[in-house]
Amino acid sequence: MMLGEENKVDFSSKGIMPWIVDNLVTIIFVVFVLWGFSVSKDIKTYFFLSELCNRIFRNSFLVLSLIIPVLAGLGLNFGIVIGAMSGQAAILLVRYFDIGGMGGFLLCFVIAFFFAAICGYFTGKLYNKTRGQEMIASLIVGFFANGIYQFIFLFVVGAVLIVPATHPMIKPDGVGIRMTVDLKTAEEGGLKYALENIYKIPFIQAILIIAVVILIMMVIVYYLNVKNGQAHKNRPISFCFNAVLCIAAAVFSIHVMSVTPKLFNTVYDLNIVAGSLNEKADIEEITSKLKAIVSELNTEAERADEAMAPKFKAVVSDITSKVIPNLDKPNMQRGVLNLIGSSATKLNNVAIERSPNALVANIAQVTTVPVITGVFIIALCIFTMLIMKTKLGQDFRSVGQNQHIAEVSGINVDRTRIIATMISIVLAAWGQLIFLQSVGTLNTYGAHLQIGMFSVAALLVGGASTSKASVKNAIFGVILFNAMFIISPEIGKSLFDQAMLGEYFRSFMVYGVIGAALGIYVWKDIKKSKLDVE
Amino acid sequence: MIDAENGGAFSRLKSAVGSIGIPTWIIAGLWAIVLSAGYYKGISVETLLSDTIRRVGMNGVLVLAMVPAIQSGTGPNFALPIGISCGLFALITAIEFDYTGASWLIMSILFSIPIAGVVGYLYGKLLNAVKGSEMTIATYTGFSIVAFMCLIWLVVPFSHPNMGWFMGEGLRETIQLDAIKGANVLNNFAIFNIGGEVVIPTSDDEKGQTFVITEIEKKTTTINIKEVEIPEVKGGGITPTFYIGDIKLPTVIGGKGIRIIKTDSTELPAVRRGITIPTGLLLVFAFFSVLVWLFFRSKAGIAISAGGLNPRFAQAAGLNIDRSRVWANILSTMLGAIGIIIYSQSYGYAQLYQAPMMMAFPAVAAILIGGATASRAKISHVVIGVILFQGLLTTALPVTNALFEGTDLSEIARMVIQNGVILFALTQVKRGG
Amino acid sequence: MSDTLLRFSNVTKNYYGNIVLENINFEVHAGEIHALIGENGAGKSTLMNILFGMPVIHSTGGYDGDVIINGEKTLIKSPFEAMDAGIGMVHQEFMLIPGFTITENIKINREITTPNIVSGVLGKRLETLDMIKMDADARKALDTLDMGIEEYTMVAGLPVGHKQFIEIAREIDKTGIKILVFDEPTAVLTESEAQNLLAAVRRLAKLGIGIVFISHRLDEIMDVADRVTVLRDGQHVATKDVKDTDVVEIAQLMIGRKVTLSRVQSDKRKISDEVMLSVKNLHVAMPGEMVRGIDLEVRKGEIIGIGGLAGQGKLGIANGITGTYLATGKVIFNGKPLPLNSPRSTIEAGIAFVSEDRKGVGLLLDESIELNIAFTAMQIHDKFLSNFFGYKVRNDHEIRKHAERMIKDIDIRCNSPMQNTGSLSGGNQQKVCVARALTQNPQFLFVSEPTRGIDIGAKKLILDLLLKLNEEYGMTIVMTSSELAELRSICDKIVIICGGAVEGVLMPEASDAEFGLMMSGSRAHVRGNDK
Repeated sequence: MMLGEENKVDFSSKGIMPWIVDNLVTIIFVVFVLWGFSVSKDIKTYFFLSELCNRIFRNSFLVLSLIIPVLAGLGLNFGIVIGAMSGQAAILLVRYFDIGGMGGFLLCFVIAFFFAAICGYFTGKLYNKTRGQEMIASLIVGFFANGIYQFIFLFVVGAVLIVPATHPMIKPDGVGIRMTVDLKTAEEGGLKYALENIYKIPFIQAILIIAVVILIMMVIVYYLNVKNGQAHKNRPISFCFNAVLCIAAAVFSIHVMSVTPKLFNTVYDLNIVAGSLNEKADIEEITSKLKAIVSELNTEAERADEAMAPKFKAVVSDITSKVIPNLDKPNMQRGVLNLIGSSATKLNNVAIERSPNALVANIAQVTTVPVITGVFIIALCIFTMLIMKTKLGQDFRSVGQNQHIAEVSGINVDRTRIIATMISIVLAAWGQLIFLQSVGTLNTYGAHLQIGMFSVAALLVGGASTSKASVKNAIFGVILFNAMFIISPEIGKSLFDQAMLGEYFRSFMVYGVIGAALGIYVWKDIKKSKLDVE
Repeated sequence: MIDAENGGAFSRLKSAVGSIGIPTWIIAGLWAIVLSAGYYKGISVETLLSDTIRRVGMNGVLVLAMVPAIQSGTGPNFALPIGISCGLFALITAIEFDYTGASWLIMSILFSIPIAGVVGYLYGKLLNAVKGSEMTIATYTGFSIVAFMCLIWLVVPFSHPNMGWFMGEGLRETIQLDAIKGANVLNNFAIFNIGGEVVIPTSDDEKGQTFVITEIEKKTTTINIKEVEIPEVKGGGITPTFYIGDIKLPTVIGGKGIRIIKTDSTELPAVRRGITIPTGLLLVFAFFSVLVWLFFRSKAGIAISAGGLNPRFAQAAGLNIDRSRVWANILSTMLGAIGIIIYSQSYGYAQLYQAPMMMAFPAVAAILIGGATASRAKISHVVIGVILFQGLLTTALPVTNALFEGTDLSEIARMVIQNGVILFALTQVKRGG
Repeated sequence: MSDTLLRFSNVTKNYYGNIVLENINFEVHAGEIHALIGENGAGKSTLMNILFGMPVIHSTGGYDGDVIINGEKTLIKSPFEAMDAGIGMVHQEFMLIPGFTITENIKINREITTPNIVSGVLGKRLETLDMIKMDADARKALDTLDMGIEEYTMVAGLPVGHKQFIEIAREIDKTGIKILVFDEPTAVLTESEAQNLLAAVRRLAKLGIGIVFISHRLDEIMDVADRVTVLRDGQHVATKDVKDTDVVEIAQLMIGRKVTLSRVQSDKRKISDEVMLSVKNLHVAMPGEMVRGIDLEVRKGEIIGIGGLAGQGKLGIANGITGTYLATGKVIFNGKPLPLNSPRSTIEAGIAFVSEDRKGVGLLLDESIELNIAFTAMQIHDKFLSNFFGYKVRNDHEIRKHAERMIKDIDIRCNSPMQNTGSLSGGNQQKVCVARALTQNPQFLFVSEPTRGIDIGAKKLILDLLLKLNEEYGMTIVMTSSELAELRSICDKIVIICGGAVEGVLMPEASDAEFGLMMSGSRAHVRGNDK
């Protein structure tokens, strides 16, 4: 009557019920978001996708930083707020000395690395001392560090380190950093959008590229496994499923691109022109760009029917007669900008009319995607996957699965755990840098507070648990969690006419998810360790 | 053995001193430093002590709520917001039913007990399902309940004019208890003053006149005296009535309370506030402390303690630890509920929505400062802890303000101390058990 | 067989003046299977701790004598040095990570890596795992053991026998393994799994590895070993060629006649024929002491001893009946069925239990002696309580009075009844446990390992106390103990447990060989030979 071991194996392959229990949190979220979509009438698809896209690029890095501690058995590291604070400290330092642009941003990365590594070392030591209680310790140490952070930036800066009260970051009385610090755009020598504005592509192109890249990577991994005699690692069914999904996404995006009216590109160009218009802008270059747009519009006007043609001509005359002549006059800039904006809106409306269906029109209007940020995120995904294939990664897993056996086998458990914590906190610091450059202003004493909770909730929503997490969980979680985040107030608005209700519901979901995921995990663990008579 | 007998009182004292933990010493030391710094800066120590006493009474029952949870082995009740939410719900229900003043307070407490009982029961059941990770789960359960209650506050169909927004639906974020005569009901019960003194410009021909004093010399006080009535008293002499805030002070000429010194000076009066003792508040705290102390001397209480100390021992002795743990958490939740009612009446406002979110942490820190560990707590830990922690915080606010002008270090100090102490306690938790 | 791999020469070890090993001398040749046998506490594990350089040896002052490996005197200071010296151990409890594949478990912390760009800069730890080579190595080790299972299978869910083999595979995968120690390898295996294992052990020996085979299963030793060394009470009793000896002789050597506690019997005792406790088909899920179907009858007034080797399930019986561990079966006490898994109803029925785990189950270490003594009676029988406005509050006065009486009656040495039990010596702690049991006024007493960790003088006191309880109050006692001598000194008969079942019942006067054979579960085997 060996009841123990054998039964456990059956449990996982018993059928649909255990699968549902295992993925309960994820399923609830998927259902909730879909339901939310169906009930909220006002939400525009392009608005939703734009928001979602922005948030994914801001938050992914932070969520990814949680994976390694989970695998190393430290559970969910709420202590990433310490990383976030290190990142903010780096940004404050760099911003104080007014170092901007890509160079300044890279400097932030370096400084944040050192701050976060030092903090991570001590945090790791603390986790070793609070073994078995790491999760609550990580939450509390975040609060504790927040106190120190405030002490430094509200008091030490100014009272101990003398700084000029006239500096725009310093409070008027000369003590402490202001509540909000403007990071200034990269063009003005600041850090705002330093990473984001380097290169952007339309949303639909990004979908195509991602689908193709994933497909290629999957094929390569599959091939390498077969070649190295590790074919057992391949899962043909899920491989086929994912491949079909990728191909479908690629085909869909190519189709959408081909039927999207060209006019959307013109709108996009116009918006780019408006964006580049500032005091230091190269007037000649802008003029030539505008002229190219005008010639495009003229050909459109010729091709258009009688009802449409006047609309194009009106825009053309606006640009040629009112915009181009006034470009070099600083006092006219605001008017010029407004005019470009209204022209873009007009053209946009025409483009929407010309779209074959609402979906295409919506997708065309989704915000552009910051390529470099995306590259950073993908690099981190690959880094996380690769490090788990090294000796260090294997040690993380050994320690994570069973500290005692790892210790007996000669692995320095304490040191390994400290390294895992340090990596996590450094990554979180960098993640916060990416987040902040995308937001553009630093809320000095608030930007980091919710980072831990939201990131952990996102990871859990993606299907992770306190002992199991993967890149897939993180990415899927970020998408799903942020979708919930956007849709929640909309539901409140359309069902109860109260956006607040949705917002409170949202925070209930955040805490509830964490509580439920932890609770279910512990409960399962206890059930598993129950003894039975032989 | 012989040594111990001979050493007698001294060794007992030594062991008593030795049993006081590091956090207790540190906080006590800090408080002494800040207090003396305040004294040299000219801040009224009496004021600081008065505020401390009030804050002790205000927070005491909330800290007391930690004892049953810790004793039962579930660790400090990080889910205190659950009890708090129950208390707040009872409190607004009592307002909705139009109770005011003392009857409001009593009804609030009466309502809160059954609500907290049911909720505490469910919460205890939950904790039994997640043995070994109670602290983490408790924290997030607390957070979730607060977030859930936000929804409730928004949709609850209560319509009392003192609670709703001026427009729109739902309850206000902070409900003024003044409006229902609920503020300071307990504080003002048999309130008295030790060593207060007012120097007042008056002469015989100004009898019965009312002085309105708006500005008082800064260094000697932090309170406002709104009005000073000086009514005529038979047989000559003056018995004025003084208010501190809205508290009417008992006035005894030449005795305890406010002493009036006659003066011919035409300058503004100087006030020494003395030490205010909110008798009712302290009595209630004492009452609940004794109640909990008695409970842990009862059969059920001893069973709970044994279950927390050594679950396997308790089980072998035929006790149902799961039931003990549920009882302990019911008790803790009830104390949390009553605690917030007492807290709110002293604060003057009932704070709904996000306010209870972080309230567990100061309470946890207080009892740890008092010398409790994550697995052992006594009433003395509550009393010592709440005095030291609240004392330090109340003192730090005006003192740091005076030392470094314009900066409020007390909030930062609270964050660092509170969380530092909890972290320290976590490092002392034995693994497994 | 001249090729001596390992030799113990006059190895002696004492813990704080207490000699646990004295002048151990034996050697293991290449390709030899050398069995090591002895009762619990005979010194087997201390000897192995010395061989593996465990910290517990070096933190207590090291050892005397020499360990000679490959002809060289070697001082092994840590388990890792032991590994380097080519010594491996197959643990009784598996050191396997269930979430890892077989390869990963075999290669834990000995992974094969290849350098990459990053590792060149940041160090060896960032080198990439070479799973292909690791799998090949694992395959080779598994093939050596004739195991067909795929090396990339997850360990979780494998049968116990397979796990044991993976442990062995890990040891033989270590380069230059010369000596392999098996610690009770068949204890957790089924019959057929055990046969497979023994075959594998023989195969390894043929490869030239010296094998130390620790087991208490005598027939197994006869089957597989070349020579056998018997330890008893830290003494080296004998080393014999297996062909020159038989099970009976080994059993006799293993038990020996120890320092006997004289058997006192008085005529005041009354043993009635009435069966007080009857146990049928008892199963208990006590980790490490599983009970797998036991029948037992205890008559009123008897003192029954339960003996057996550690891990065989003797401790599970009392724990199962009194409800500290999950149990199934049928128990009738005083003619009434006793519900299982309910400590409360056991206590209410009049059964008291003094647990073997004094500090874990027996005492509230941070509470006073008086509360410890009064606790169970207060909780179950509502004693020592006074009424306070309808509320039951502890009665300090009565508790104190009772504690003081108990302290005098059974001579607990302490400063005051308020002293914490954690600060008492082992013997006095045990007396507090007994005092609490007596306070329950039981008719029936279970005592487990009553003298564990207690010095010799206190041992006698405890045993006398038990005898007195039986004589004067007619208390029926079931005493579980690992010390045969103490069972023999006061019990009327002794039930020997082996493999979770009753192996047999012996009178205290039975011979050493009988006890030895029965405890190692070899009685049936011998009987078979007799026929």
